[in-house]
Amino acid sequence: MAAHVTTPGSVEPKMWMGGIEPMKASYGKLMMWFFLISDTFTFSALLVSYGYQRFSFPAYLGDFADFKFSNLYWPIPERVYEAVPFLHGMSLPLVFVGIMTFILIASSVTMVLAVEAGHRMDRAGVEKYMLWTILGGFTFLGCQAWEWSHFIHGTDTGSVFKVIENGVEVTKTVFGANLTENQYGPPAFADFFFFITGFHGTHVFSGVILNILIFFRAATGFYDKRGSYEMVEKVGLYWHFVDLVWVFVFTFFYLV
Amino acid sequence: MSEVHHIHNQDPNAGAEQRKAIWKTFWILLILTALEFVIAFTVPHGVLKISIFIVMTIVKAFYIVGEFMHLKHEAKSLIWSILVPIIFVAWLILALLLEGDAIFQAIFG
Repeated sequence: MAAHVTTPGSVEPKMWMGGIEPMKASYGKLMMWFFLISDTFTFSALLVSYGYQRFSFPAYLGDFADFKFSNLYWPIPERVYEAVPFLHGMSLPLVFVGIMTFILIASSVTMVLAVEAGHRMDRAGVEKYMLWTILGGFTFLGCQAWEWSHFIHGTDTGSVFKVIENGVEVTKTVFGANLTENQYGPPAFADFFFFITGFHGTHVFSGVILNILIFFRAATGFYDKRGSYEMVEKVGLYWHFVDLVWVFVFTFFYLV
Repeated sequence: MSEVHHIHNQDPNAGAEQRKAIWKTFWILLILTALEFVIAFTVPHGVLKISIFIVMTIVKAFYIVGEFMHLKHEAKSLIWSILVPIIFVAWLILALLLEGDAIFQAIFG
């Protein structure tokens, strides 16, 4: 550190004169925090515009038990997300998304344990917990791929909707969802599903890539040679942020 | 800086307290998520249910950012530089939800 170097006649280091860390955090860590702030705005924009669409669309007012998919009102999320792999045809509302939430929280814990091992310069600990985190990330992505596939292909019976085609109103059965058609409700609902969970999934994917990179560098002794495992901490910040976003997506997309 | 890891390597109990805090946070997050499930199926849909969910989400966010991301233990200036910009998000929520409701009133009201 610059503070240890004393040249005759040199000035005392001051807060904003360089050579010291004004917020007691390294440059890289600060920049990661400010990147995450900008990412917060992006995700907020997506989630708030979902709220905006939902508020400008009629809500389902009838009894919960009588609920049917319709493109005239916003769907109840419990009725949309009720499929679980290997349990075809069973109604298990929010169970699968609950499992996904658990996986992501668990992988956040292993990530923070890797950071803690890094503080002790415990290379084996960092390797072990990074591998668990990578595994959690891949599992989450696999779950999301299944959820998307189910959402796109739809239920066995589909939904009978009145839709406008080439300016004429026709009655047809819609199976699954894409960007223009949606058996679960208004097309905008499916659009937001694809954009919000897709953007989050992209973040998880790049997080897994970064985690693999960190694991590789830790395993080859790069951070031992450098004398600091701070990179684990920086990538850890990103990974926790991905978990944080999922907490909000879970509440505002799946619960309310 | 090089003297740091020699000290840590010799103490097998180093970081034990920190690991305890990590697992405590994990259990808090897990219990809160489980509670959210219970509420999703027991409380009737309405303002109360949504308010409970929003409060629980903010509590979970507090633990993730504060403990996992370690923000609670950073310098005060860093904490505020991260938290203050969130005001813009609060404004965005207010503006767009009011706008959405106005559109609903204009079309269906």
